Amino acid sequence: MSTTATPPVPGKPVQPQPVPTLADKNRKHTVSAKPVTWKLPVTLLVLAVVAFIFFGVLGPQSTAKFGVSSGGDFFQLPAIEVPAFLSGIVLSVAMLGLAGYAMFLKTKNARPPRWVPALFTVLFVVAFLIWVVGGARTPSISLAGLIAGSVTLAVPIVFGSLSGVLCERAGVVNIAIEGQLLGGAFTAALVASLTHNPYLGLLAAAVAGALVSMVLALFSIKYVVNQIIVGVVLNVLVSGLTGFLFSTVMQSDPEKYNSPGELPIIEIPVLSGIPVIGSILFKQSVVGYLMYVAVAVIWVALFKTKWGLRVRAVGEHPQAADTLGIKVNATRFWNVTLGGAVAGIGGSFFTLVAIDSFTKEISGGRGFIALAAMILGRWNPIGAFFAALLFGFADNLQSIVTIIGTPVPSQFMAMLPYVVTVFAVAGLVGRSRPPAADGIPYVKG
Amino acid sequence: MSENNEPRHSAEPDPDRIPAPQPPKSQSAAPQPPKSHATAADTAANIETPDEDDAAYVTSLDTAGGAMQPSAVPVSAQSGSLPGAPEEESLMRKIFTGNGIVTILAVLLALILGGLLIAMTDKVVGTTAGYLFARPTDFLTAVWSAATGSYVALFQGAVFNPRGTGAAGQFAPLMETLTIATPLITAGLGVALAFRAGLFNIGAQGQIIMAGILAAWVGFALDLPVGLHLLLVLLAGIIGGAVWGGIVGVLKARTGAHEVIVTIMFNYIALYLLRYLLDTDLFQRPGESTPISPILDASALYPLLFGSQYRLHIGFLLAVAATVFVSWLLNRSTLGFEFRAVGANPKAALTAGINVSRATILVMTIAGGLAGLAGVAQVAGTEKVLTDGVAATYGFDAITVALLGRSSPWGTFAAGLLFGAFRAGAVQMQIQTGTPIDIVLVVQSLIVLFIAAPPLVRAIFGLNPRKKKAAPAVKSQQAAATGGAA
Repeated sequence: MSTTATPPVPGKPVQPQPVPTLADKNRKHTVSAKPVTWKLPVTLLVLAVVAFIFFGVLGPQSTAKFGVSSGGDFFQLPAIEVPAFLSGIVLSVAMLGLAGYAMFLKTKNARPPRWVPALFTVLFVVAFLIWVVGGARTPSISLAGLIAGSVTLAVPIVFGSLSGVLCERAGVVNIAIEGQLLGGAFTAALVASLTHNPYLGLLAAAVAGALVSMVLALFSIKYVVNQIIVGVVLNVLVSGLTGFLFSTVMQSDPEKYNSPGELPIIEIPVLSGIPVIGSILFKQSVVGYLMYVAVAVIWVALFKTKWGLRVRAVGEHPQAADTLGIKVNATRFWNVTLGGAVAGIGGSFFTLVAIDSFTKEISGGRGFIALAAMILGRWNPIGAFFAALLFGFADNLQSIVTIIGTPVPSQFMAMLPYVVTVFAVAGLVGRSRPPAADGIPYVKG
Repeated sequence: MSENNEPRHSAEPDPDRIPAPQPPKSQSAAPQPPKSHATAADTAANIETPDEDDAAYVTSLDTAGGAMQPSAVPVSAQSGSLPGAPEEESLMRKIFTGNGIVTILAVLLALILGGLLIAMTDKVVGTTAGYLFARPTDFLTAVWSAATGSYVALFQGAVFNPRGTGAAGQFAPLMETLTIATPLITAGLGVALAFRAGLFNIGAQGQIIMAGILAAWVGFALDLPVGLHLLLVLLAGIIGGAVWGGIVGVLKARTGAHEVIVTIMFNYIALYLLRYLLDTDLFQRPGESTPISPILDASALYPLLFGSQYRLHIGFLLAVAATVFVSWLLNRSTLGFEFRAVGANPKAALTAGINVSRATILVMTIAGGLAGLAGVAQVAGTEKVLTDGVAATYGFDAITVALLGRSSPWGTFAAGLLFGAFRAGAVQMQIQTGTPIDIVLVVQSLIVLFIAAPPLVRAIFGLNPRKKKAAPAVKSQQAAATGGAA
């Protein structure tokens, strides 16, 4: 952009040559290429006002009680008691403050830092929880149980979203997560029943998930069929196949074909006795531990290794990757297959840990939730993990709420994760973007 | 015109084949009298003789024979099939490698695989497989009878039942097929229309539910005169679906939220809203503990088409009308052209002055309205009440219907009939032979998978044309199926 060489264009006002100043240099850190939109501040403000009215002003006048310790812990903590009305006001005012801060930054054309929406989410969830519990007939729940249940319910969602991350980082849209989970669940039940070994069932689940994925890879990469179409159709196919085989094979002799037995819960001594986090980190089945391992390994592999760099290059700019000698379609094929195996393991959770038999449609749409978790987590394994936890939390809260009896109908609780996702996709994650070549087949030449 | 066309079939190269408005000097060598005449006539001839040169032909269509600026969307992207064959091939080969035959072969292949699946899990086949090498014929007979037995039952349950009493009884299955096809067709049209505009409308399920909620409420809660009541039910349903679809369109257009995610989420939101409403006094039938609404008033129901012996109602005629409407909208209206242009290339459409946001919102609204029509057919026609199974799996089946129909209105209509037949026949099949209904899902999804990948089907049946043509064929088919939605 050297103006010395180019003469002024006729009809175009001559731009004064920008002189880099200290102020400009400072601003560079906050101003990015895209203009800052009002989307995030407005969304936050709306939510904060909703919180202020419902959780604060109209909040219950009771005291919410949260049990922290469970019976098996090696030391007991007293239950936390919170005055619902006061905390509702305090938390929603804090949220209003955050929304105001985001607006203030917007007027200076700066982006709010990432901790703003994150902290907002935490505050909102806490305020919501206090509001729900405070308004219940018995305003007392076990926080430890709530969190442990959330993690348990989140396990298949985490695996599913990891599968999505692996596929989409390589540039293949994976709508077939639901099918991979279901295929994994079915195969795990069948193989574990036949071999009387749940670990073999776990292995078979991974293979089944990978097979479903291979069909996705074959059709979307070799035959260049639209990836979303293949994914949608694969879900139907797996649902039909497992349903058919369940009715014909498993129902004919449930003792023989559909009694897989459970994976044992492995308890790590001492550590599992820590209140709250003990049971979620150190008292899990193999699948549960594998979940933490998978999140960490996939994060490191994607962002810290040569392999991960190549995968991301394939997902962002396949032409460039190809020019550098990376086999684009082979990378995609094996990534999709690996993703399927991961989702398959997640599927085995349904039949080997949660319930010890297979039923039709046992995955119940969690593959789609996993897809949402992946997007909410910005195509990042760790982000996806926390998003999946949020969904597991909402799922668990729904069942707890029906037990303690709150004014909120349980159907609205069940609806919550989906509403949150819509909000997130439309407003809160406005800045996130999928890999550039996501969903675009690569044809050489 | 014939004298102008005459020299085209001769071997000598025709100088007039070069783009129409030519300065005469380049053709001085060829002794062709009235020069100015010939160029004008030739432009017209170019349009009428598609067998000459495809590229030139398509370009001439795009520019109306050079009279217009080239359009943003190539003709090939709009219809998905190029007029005329890309290269010299024998007629037989053309027939056998064309789209039609691929569709038929895909259906056949899916049925064969489904039959194998049925045979594999059949008990007689299992026992005969035990002495396979002693008497292989037993085994093969068992496989054949297991597969064909199920399919015969499927056919009898879907089209014609020879054991029925009288003609009325014998054709009862066909009427049932048409009844089930009705919501499939209208919801399928909604999905197909969105496909053509490059949008994946996975949300037909939620749109049907929202339409069902509104239509049912108007149907049982309001007390209105005959005629007006049904009209309001219809309107309420269409609005319900249209709003639910339209919100997705607005979110997509205003915030860029991906419509696949949003529609999936909206399906669940609609379902839980329905479950909640069926729990309230407003919707739950008095004195019932199960989530079921009161029966709709008689004045709110669709009239039956062929008397009370069949369930078939005028919803089917509305489905035909909807097909005609979508066909007109897509192929004959400015709005439909805008939709297709946005579907083919949103950036080019924007450059050409088309309001992409408006098109996105409108197409999702209309798609939702069409799916809403399916919801009305359910509550005011087939079911007559509102339950949480009002949409069954019609919304998801609609996606496969639209894909099978290659997103063309009449293709969707035909695919809806086929899947309606599968659905109707499967019930009978399960009763007669014990084959689970789920086999229909398997066959349906296999059909769509195979149709989406013509090279695979051709390879299986050994019909692949010469290698170099395979790749472009895939591309144009995909564009045709989705209107370029990717």
